[in-house]
Amino acid sequence: MEAEVLSGGFADPAIQSAHAFRSVMEAMARPGTLQHISGAEPPAPLSKAAGAVLLTLCDTETGVYLAGEADCDAVRAWLAFHTGAPLTGPSHCMFAVGTWDALNPLSAYPIGTSEYPDRSATLIVECAELAQSGATLTGPGIKTNVALSVPGIDAFQKNRTLFPLGLDFIFTCEGHLAALPRTTQVSAPIGATEVC
Amino acid sequence: MKDTSDENAPRKAWMSLLAKAPEGRIAALLHAAMDPPKFTWLRPPEIGSAMVRARAGGTGAPFNLGEVTVTRCALTLETGEIGHAYIQGRSKADAEAAALVDALMQGQSSETVRAAVLAPLEGEASAARATRAAKAAATKVDFFTMTRGED
Repeated sequence: MEAEVLSGGFADPAIQSAHAFRSVMEAMARPGTLQHISGAEPPAPLSKAAGAVLLTLCDTETGVYLAGEADCDAVRAWLAFHTGAPLTGPSHCMFAVGTWDALNPLSAYPIGTSEYPDRSATLIVECAELAQSGATLTGPGIKTNVALSVPGIDAFQKNRTLFPLGLDFIFTCEGHLAALPRTTQVSAPIGATEVC
Repeated sequence: MKDTSDENAPRKAWMSLLAKAPEGRIAALLHAAMDPPKFTWLRPPEIGSAMVRARAGGTGAPFNLGEVTVTRCALTLETGEIGHAYIQGRSKADAEAAALVDALMQGQSSETVRAAVLAPLEGEASAARATRAAKAAATKVDFFTMTRGED
């Protein structure tokens, strides 16, 4: 096994994973805001942000689904060495990583049960770019509304109707992430007249 | 597969030896033999615990015997070899030394390291086992019944 595959973990795990966790928590608590996250150097095609999220949230009890190009030997070995997370298919995963196209269809992922809504998947969506423009987000954690460049609108509106079940999303791009929990309502970009 | 010889058997043997070595001994032997090579951490030493399972008499149903404190780390030498260490106890310096020995054993200087570190460790381990076995054997009681001579 090559050293490149095994390097790129947190150099100071206690501190760096706490910082990374704070970023993920802030992103989930304030949907649509961009948070900086760093510390991980995962093998291609994973972004640094996605790598840091995986290192922070995954352990031997969280099934991870690698979708599309993310499912390569380098990523598998890196994830196994640093987290020990078992790789699963989409129907049993707790985390899924990949591009939006690779992750679809969303119906493949567990949305939780009425008794345990937390037994649902969190999708880590790799985005080519992430900006505070595009679709309008409203809901808990957002004062009035914010804009976020989400890859689709219909899919998130459909996901919102499943509440309290449903999927949560983390969008990653290079060293940044934003989150879209199931509580957030996504609508088409608003015109200037509707700005509150 | 069980009938084929295990190509990792030699490495398993030295990993086992390093895991159970007394505190500070690996580092002392290694430093006496050579200057420790430069390395970079793949995984800095971290302390955790592992469940030890056992079988009564070596053949019974497995049960959880108890937890053992384990320190693990992984590093890579400048020459590219990767060393792993999982050692008993919570000494990070020992884990580092054990990982260095594991990495060196895969490289050019494996014979030097084997003679300077592994051979003495193995000798000490078997001597300790023999002493313990001898002490236990000395307490053995042989029960026998003498003829009571009733007839």
